[in-house]
Formats: sequence, C-alpha cells, structure tokens
Amino acid sequence: MFRATLKSLLARKVRLILSGLAVVLGVMFVSGAFVLTDTLGRSFDSVFADGFSEIDVNVAAKPKVQVNEMEGEQTVAPLPAALVDRVKQVPGAASATGVVNADGARVIGSNGKVVTSFGPPQLGENWTGESELLKLREGRAPQAEDEIVINKALATAAKVQVGQKVGVLTAFESKKRDFTLVGVFGYSGDRDSIGGVNEVFFTTPVAQRLMLGEPDVFSSITVQAAGGVSDEKLRDDVARTLGADFEVKTGEQVAADASASLKEGLSFFNKILLGFAAVALLVGTFLILNTFSIIVAQRTRELALMRAIGASGRQIIGSVVLEAIAVGLIASVLGLAAGIGVGALLAFLFGKLAGGLTLAGIGVPAAAVIGSFAVGLVITVVAALLPALRASRIPPIAAMQDVATPDRPLTKVTVAGSLVTGIGAVLLFLGLSGNAGGQTLSTILGGVLFAFIGVALLTPLISRPVVSLLGAIFSWSVPGKLGRLNSGRNPRRTAITAAALMVGIALVTGVTVILDSAKGSISALAQDTIKAELVIAGQQGGPRPPTFDPGVLDKAKALPGVRMVDGEYGDMGRIDGEGTWVAASSDIASLRQIFGAKPTAGDIDRLGPTQMLASSDTATSRGWSVGSTVNVQLTRGEARTYTISGIYESSQLTNPVTLPATAAKDFAIPQPIQGFIQLDPGTRVSDVQPQVEALLADSPEVSVADRDAFIKQQTSSLDGLLTMIQILLALAIVIAVLGIINTLALSVLERTRELGLLRAIGLRRSQTMGMITVEAVVISVFGALLGVVVGTGLGAAVVEALKDEGITDLILPWGQMGVFLGLAAIIGVVAAVLPAIRAARINVLGAIAHD
Amino acid sequence: MTATVGQQAQAAARANDVWKVYGSGEAQVIALRGVSAEFERGRFTAIMGPSGSGKSTLMHCLAGLDSVTRGTVSIGETTVTGLGDAGLTKLRRDKVGFIFQQFNLLPTLTAKENILLPLSIAGRKPDPAWYDTVIETVGLKDRLDHRPAQLSGGQQQRVACARALVSRPEVIFADEPTGNLDSRSGAEVLNFLRNSVREHGQTIVMVTHDPTAAAYADRVVFLADGEIVSELIEPTAETVLDTMKKLDTAAEVGN
Ligand SMILES: Nc1ncnc2c1ncn2[C@@H]1O[C@H](COP(=O)(O)OP(=O)(O)O)[C@@H](O)[C@H]1O
Ligand SMILES: [Mg+2]
Repeated sequence: MFRATLKSLLARKVRLILSGLAVVLGVMFVSGAFVLTDTLGRSFDSVFADGFSEIDVNVAAKPKVQVNEMEGEQTVAPLPAALVDRVKQVPGAASATGVVNADGARVIGSNGKVVTSFGPPQLGENWTGESELLKLREGRAPQAEDEIVINKALATAAKVQVGQKVGVLTAFESKKRDFTLVGVFGYSGDRDSIGGVNEVFFTTPVAQRLMLGEPDVFSSITVQAAGGVSDEKLRDDVARTLGADFEVKTGEQVAADASASLKEGLSFFNKILLGFAAVALLVGTFLILNTFSIIVAQRTRELALMRAIGASGRQIIGSVVLEAIAVGLIASVLGLAAGIGVGALLAFLFGKLAGGLTLAGIGVPAAAVIGSFAVGLVITVVAALLPALRASRIPPIAAMQDVATPDRPLTKVTVAGSLVTGIGAVLLFLGLSGNAGGQTLSTILGGVLFAFIGVALLTPLISRPVVSLLGAIFSWSVPGKLGRLNSGRNPRRTAITAAALMVGIALVTGVTVILDSAKGSISALAQDTIKAELVIAGQQGGPRPPTFDPGVLDKAKALPGVRMVDGEYGDMGRIDGEGTWVAASSDIASLRQIFGAKPTAGDIDRLGPTQMLASSDTATSRGWSVGSTVNVQLTRGEARTYTISGIYESSQLTNPVTLPATAAKDFAIPQPIQGFIQLDPGTRVSDVQPQVEALLADSPEVSVADRDAFIKQQTSSLDGLLTMIQILLALAIVIAVLGIINTLALSVLERTRELGLLRAIGLRRSQTMGMITVEAVVISVFGALLGVVVGTGLGAAVVEALKDEGITDLILPWGQMGVFLGLAAIIGVVAAVLPAIRAARINVLGAIAHD
Repeated sequence: MTATVGQQAQAAARANDVWKVYGSGEAQVIALRGVSAEFERGRFTAIMGPSGSGKSTLMHCLAGLDSVTRGTVSIGETTVTGLGDAGLTKLRRDKVGFIFQQFNLLPTLTAKENILLPLSIAGRKPDPAWYDTVIETVGLKDRLDHRPAQLSGGQQQRVACARALVSRPEVIFADEPTGNLDSRSGAEVLNFLRNSVREHGQTIVMVTHDPTAAAYADRVVFLADGEIVSELIEPTAETVLDTMKKLDTAAEVGN
C-alpha cells in the first residue's frame, strides 16, 4: 500500500506541487514572522547591550507614569544634580557622571527640513567626553553654549559639515535655535550610528535647559565600579544609600529592559503577521481540499480496483492521508526555507529603514521550525481527510463500470453550510455586541472563520444560478458557452475554488468598509464641528509627534482677522492611579467655540489652575461629578490635586480630560502638537495663511493648512493602514489564484478526450483557449462577487457595532468593489493562461484514440 | 507490393503510397506500408482487417488527424499532407465528420446541442430541411433535450452520427462505431449509416473488424500488416468472413 501511494504521488507530482505551493506560502508567512521577530529582537539586544556596555550601574528616577510600547515612549522626570555627589560617596563607586539623555533633539538638515528617524529616538545629551564606544571622527568637543557635536549618520542624513551653522529643535524649545557644529563622532567598530539612533551632544548646561527644561538636573547618573567591586554589589549599595525613590540597575539590566520594551512591540507585530498567515492557510486549506477531491474523483477506477483486489476502506483512507502527509512535509520544508529567506529580507529592509540597525545573525528560532511543520502538516492532513473518506466509500464495482459519478445532491452540504453560517452569525453577534465575556476578539474571529466556512459550504448551491447568470455574458460565442457550461459542471469544485478567492476579497472588502466608514464618519464630524479655518500640524514620522514653538500661538492671535487661537497639548497621565490621556488647551474657550463641546454640568468656559474638566463618558465611568477631587500625576513634576469644575459631552473631538494650560510644562512633550486658528467672519483664509506660515519659519516640523486639508491629512494614516492590510491580504488572493490554476489544470487533464473531440470536430486552438479562459473568469468573478458580498456584510456588522464609538456613517466603497470584480476578471484570464495553453496543445489523436 | 483499388475519378478521399512508421530503432513499428486507395463519393466503404493491421492508423492519416511518414493524402480537392494546425482545423470543420467508438459527445450539452455543435463552432446555420431529415432518420425527435448521460449507448452513437451528418461533410470517418454496442443497437446505427449513403449520397469510410458490420458497406477493403491485400464489392457477411479466413491462412502460411 505504501509503495502504491508513493508511486501515485510521483505520478501526480505536478498537480500536487500547485496545491502544495499554497501550503508553502502559508508556512512561509509563519516561519518568516518568527525569523523576522527573532532576528530583530536579538539585534535590539545587541544594540542596547552595546549602548550600555560602559555603564556599570545606572541611577534614574522611578517613572511617575508607566506607559507601554503602544502608548508611547517612557519618559522619566529628571534627578537633581546634587545626587551625583551622593552617589560618588558610595563605597565601591570609582566615579559617577550626571547624564542628560532625552528624546526630542531634532536636527534641521541643509534642506530646511527636520531629519526624521522613523522610529529610533533622537537623543539630546550632554558631552561627557570620548569613550571606548564613542570617538570623535572630526573636530572637537562642544565647549561654548552654541556648540554641538552629532553622530556621523546624522551628519550624513542632514548633509551638514563641521564648522557649519545647524538649526536644532529641542524637547523644550520647538523654535529653531542655531548651533555651530564643532565635531562629528562615530562608534567603535567603524559604525556611524547604533540602531539608527540620532544623537546630538550639547554642553551640560545647555543640554539641561533645552532637553530637561531646568538647570542642575540630569536624566540619569552612570556609575563606574572601583576595581574588585561587582556591578551587582555596587547596585545594591547605591540603591541602599539613595532609598526607594530611585531605580538603580546594572548596565546589563538597563539594556535588557530597554530591549524588552521594544520586543513587546515586536511580539505584537509578530501576532499580526501570524494572523495573516492564518488567512493564507485558510485559503490554502480550501485549495488542498479541492485538489485531493479532484484527484480522488479522477482515481475512482484505480481506487475501486484496489478495493476489488482486497484493500480495505481503512487502507484507502491511509493511502490518501499518507499522500497528504508527504505533500505537507515537503511543503513545510520549502515554506520554512522560504520563510527564513523572507524573514531575513524583511529584517534587512527594516534595518535599512530604521537608519542602519546592525543586524545580529539571522536566527531560526525553534518556534519557526515547530510552527512551520505543525501548521503545514495539520493543514494538509485536515484538508485531505474529507476526500480520503470519500475515497474509502468508492465501491469495488466502480472499477467495472464506466466512470459515471452521479451528481450527488447538495442537500447535506447546504444544511451543514446553513448551520455553520448560523453559528458564525451568532458568534459575530455575541462578539460585536460585547456579550462575549472578555473573549471579544477571539469570538469575533471565530465568527468570521465560521462564516467563511459556512458560506463556502453554501457556495455550491449558490454557484448554480450565479454562475449561469455570469456565464450568460459569454454565451454569445460557442467557446464562451462551452466555458460557461464547464464552470457549472461540478458545482463543488467551482464552489471551493471560488470560495478560496472569496476569503481574501471578503477580508479586504470588510476592512475597506470599516476604515472608509471610520474615515468618513470622522471627517464628517470634523467638518461639521471644527470651527477653525486654519490648522497648524505636522506629519508624524516616528514615535514623537511634531511640535512647534508655543510663541507662534500669541503671535498668530495678534494677526489682523484672527479671532481665536488654540494650541493643543497632550500627555499620558495617571489619575487616581489609572493611566489616562490628558490634554491641555492654551485657550479653554476653544473647547466650546472651536470644538463644539457642550456642557453637561458645571462650567466649561473657564479653568482655574487647580481645576479640571472631564468628558461625560470619562466622568461616568470614573464616578466623577462637578466638585470631585482627583489626584493627577503627569510625566514630570509632583502629583497634584485637581477639582472637577465642569463636564462636557463626549464626542470624537473631545479629550477624556482637560487640564489647565499651565500643567503642560509637566507633560512628556511640553510643546503644542496642534494649533487651531479661528478667523473673524469675512476674513479670507488666503490672507491669513501666508502670515501664519511666516510665523512658523522656525518650526519646520509643522505647517499651516486649511481645515479640509488638515482633516484629510489626519485621516490619511487610515489610508496607509488600509494599504498595508491590502498588501498582506494580497497573498491570500495569490494563493486563491493558484487554486484557480490548479482546478483548471486538473479539469483540462480530466477532459482530455473531450477536448480532443472538440478539436476533431473543428474547434480552433484559439477557441479552445477562449473556452478555458471563460471558465476561469466565471469562477474568479463568482469568487470575487461572493467576497464583496460577504465582506460588505462583515464590514457593515462591525460598523453597526461601532456606532457608539462614533462610526456613524456606513460608507460602501463601490469603486473598490468594482475594482475587485475587474481584478477578478483579470485574475481569471491570468490563471487560465497555462491550463489554456495546455488544452490547446492537446494532441487530437492522442485524446480520442481508445485505450 | 501494393494493390491499387478504386478507379473512379471523383474520389472523396485518396491515399497515395502512404507509409506510417511509429518510433525508431528497436521499437520501430511500421503501421502502414505504402497504402494507396481511393474512396469514392457517395459510397459506403469499410476498412477490414485483424486487430493491429493498421486500420485506425489509415483512417487517422486519411482524416488528417495524424501525419504520414511518406506519401500523400487528399480529401476532395484538398491535399491534406503538409497542412498546418489551422488548415487541418478548417478541413475538419468543413469537409470531415467523425464518429468514434466511445467518448463521442460532450456531457454538458443536450443531444440537439451536440448535433449542432460543429456548425456552431464554424459559425454556420443548419439547413433546416436537412436538419429535419437527419433528425427524422436518426429517430431521436423526442430525445433532443436529453443529455448524453440520459441516453443509451446506441442512442448516443446515433446522436454522434447525426452530428457527423448535419454539416454534410465531404466524407465521414467512423472508427469501430458499433464496437461498444450490443448487436441490435449496432444494427440500428449501421442501417442509419447505409441509408444516409443510399438516400442522401453521403460518403462514409468505416473502420471495423466485425464482418457483419462490414456487410452493410458497398465495398470492403482488407488490410493486413499495413498493406491492402484484398477487396470486395457488394459484400455479405459470408463473403467477408471467407476472405478473412483466407487471409488468415495466407498469413499463417506466409509466416
Ligand atoms: N502511437 C503509436 N505508437 C506506436 N505504435 C503504434 C501507435 N499507434 C498504432 N501503433 C501500432 O501500429 C499498428 C497498427 O495499429 P492500428 O492502426 O491501431 O491497428 P488496428 O486499428 O487495425 O487495430 C499496431 O501494430 C500498433 O501497435
Ligand atoms: Mg483500431
């Protein structure tokens, strides 16, 4: 039996390669995701280990507000300079150095634009001398107030040379300040940057003032151990001396912690990639199922003969499953290898994009290997199980009869399909209505999965009328008519092939519906509500939003025709111990007059220095009312008590909590992020805009745009997200195309005689190809149609569920849907090329000669 | 040596010193050894011979389904030898009809659609009177909307005959058309073929190894070992059988 299986496998290698390819692609995604995250993770480790290699012990303040990777960067309050001397006194400490090291030092390049880092921080620091790690390549150390040195990679990116004047924006000064570049440095190992981080060194007082906002403070203190004292002992001694208010860690610990927080982000990324792998594999499952079904059908005689000469049904199942295992194994190996390649390539691209992250060697973690084989094997075997069962039911008599496989009724499939679709609908309803008891995401995903499988099961029934309707378009020509009849010939086969395409298209359509609706709803709200003709904002290129000089706000207010100007600040704060996004407006009156906020309690037009406003949702969930007092801890400064003086109605445009403008100095980013300008009635926007533009000359990160352009810019991040999702889902569509090619190729093979007959009675080669192409186009357009319908349904369900979150308008992307259908027609034509050529090449004589 | 048969000038199909060699070296098979033959218009010719004698090969070469190693083949005015795929396709469309032993119909089409298929492929309309006549003679009037799976083997083969006839080709080639049928259905099909020759002047060349089937023809050409060895005009089952026996003994003696 084993031999027979092996032989039949070899005999049908081409057919199996195509279906195996689907598994290869899915597995590639899985192993690629693991390889990428492992490689990047270890690269981060080595970057940080390097960066902190010269520190024995590090002292920093405890973070006042803990933020995770998704919420932004962790910023800690500074330490008093006097602490350095206390640390020096600790026995075992050879030296202690106060270090200024904070994100937000942005160099303006020779083109007048801020050099962005796309992720890694842009550090502003105090020069404490060269070291093993850091060596000046050119020039000298900064000595005067207006002197800086920067790392080589940054100098190259900014296109600036030693001796030139260079503009820099700093954490506490978003107005350009000119410095003289007196030196450029590099790192050991001839590196121009470490992990793409940009570094600007000032003299210590300047760094303190511009990066930390006050004199005589440091971000941290680095301690060098005296000979014979271990880092750990020194750490413990320093910690004991300083007390519980400080975080004292060894250099190794700091490196590990810094790396861990980045890896947290990576693992999230990993999960996303695995999600797409799951989609690809779902599509692959359909494909394998189809291939094995067709192969079993084509081997009916052979299998019946085996039964007739004594093989048991079990043995038949065994032989099909064995075949599946072989295919799964080969596909897993190939997929793993391809994944390693793809992972390495992506890691390389990521390294390049992140400003030259030096990659650690490509790693193949055990998870990649185990995941690849588990996924590849399980998927293939599960998909082959149904065809195997069917094979075992072939009666021995079939060997003696002509291969007239009766059209099995679709009742069972249809009932099963309705049932599974029903389960999917229920799960979706539970998940979307928030009744899933903490399992919302997995319930929704389960619902989507069930819905897909259910619809796939219903597809054979739907395919009959729809396919004949679609095919009717082509029926004017004989090949068209024949093609149409062929696509309706085996509803199950057509259905599964189309369903595979449906999955990808449905997900893309669903996501498009959701994002378009979100975009539309938000812009509609913004359009209706924001009463500012001009907006100051910039495009965010890294973790830190662009900021501008707050002085611009007052100057803009003084311009003729300007009625009101508001600068917006934001920070992740802790209110009564709970992390909360807090905002501050430079002009509190804007809340009502620009953002259309309506008071529900108290007074929202005024805000005293210890008063705070809250949105109605936040107030309800936290149990606040006017007069409640709350404890607010910001990134910097001491915790303070605020009294709620007013509550405004929640909307998409209002913040959970609004603090007085004076609080903004303790925010992680103490500079305004956006500015809103309301003009006097009758003032022309085009009159004011250039004047504001002139005011922003020294704040090159931002620009002033009219309101509509601003709204477009704000929602454009959703477009980027959509494009990314579409690219990732394109893989699922590619796999589905493989499925169409596979089905057609197998059908052509199966119909060799028929094709020969047609050629014998005068069908031209081109007509033969036309016939196959019509079949392919009908199947793929059918699949896309299903996908568009199912995707719209899913998307609409999610939008409905998000009504309370402010997505009020359901926007159907008709244009996109049309594109998908057109694309499907093209996909059909492309998929048909090889099978059609094959069909056209069929030797007439060979096809009709008797066996 | 070759026996040349058929003297009429108006041949519907003609083979001229046709050789067909399969393979090369050790595996070389000479299927036809210099066959020359003419198949007259309006006649029903049977090609007889034992299995492996080259009957099918000759028919395939005549119909342009297979290329000849040497010699020429023509259908009507057209020289088949040397035509490309497009030319051969056109030839099959316009001048030749086929009836095979099995797998003769498209399972997706009804009987009527199958019958009209060659015409629709060529983009021609059927002559309604002729169509009616054909349907009448095959006797399938009430079965026209059935699919092949719903028809018996004999009915399917009659549909195939009607399909070959309806475009009025120069010549119809039939390879063992009754090979898969019981004797009664076979007789129906053969009667029908003979009638289409007698009443409508159709030219038919039929390959068979069954003497009873051959007896329906106007003339029988005997093949043995790739050569034409004998012929009979106005054959009966007995005379055909006798000739076969004689050839068999001759072959045995020859061996
Ligand atoms: N494609 C082929 N390749 C090699 N030999 C062939 C091929 N087709 C036919 N033959 C050989 O040619 C001879 C004649 O075959 P065929 O014309 O099919 O005989 P018949 O139809 O009289 O039974 C046989 O010996 C057969 O084995
Ligand atoms: Mg034969």
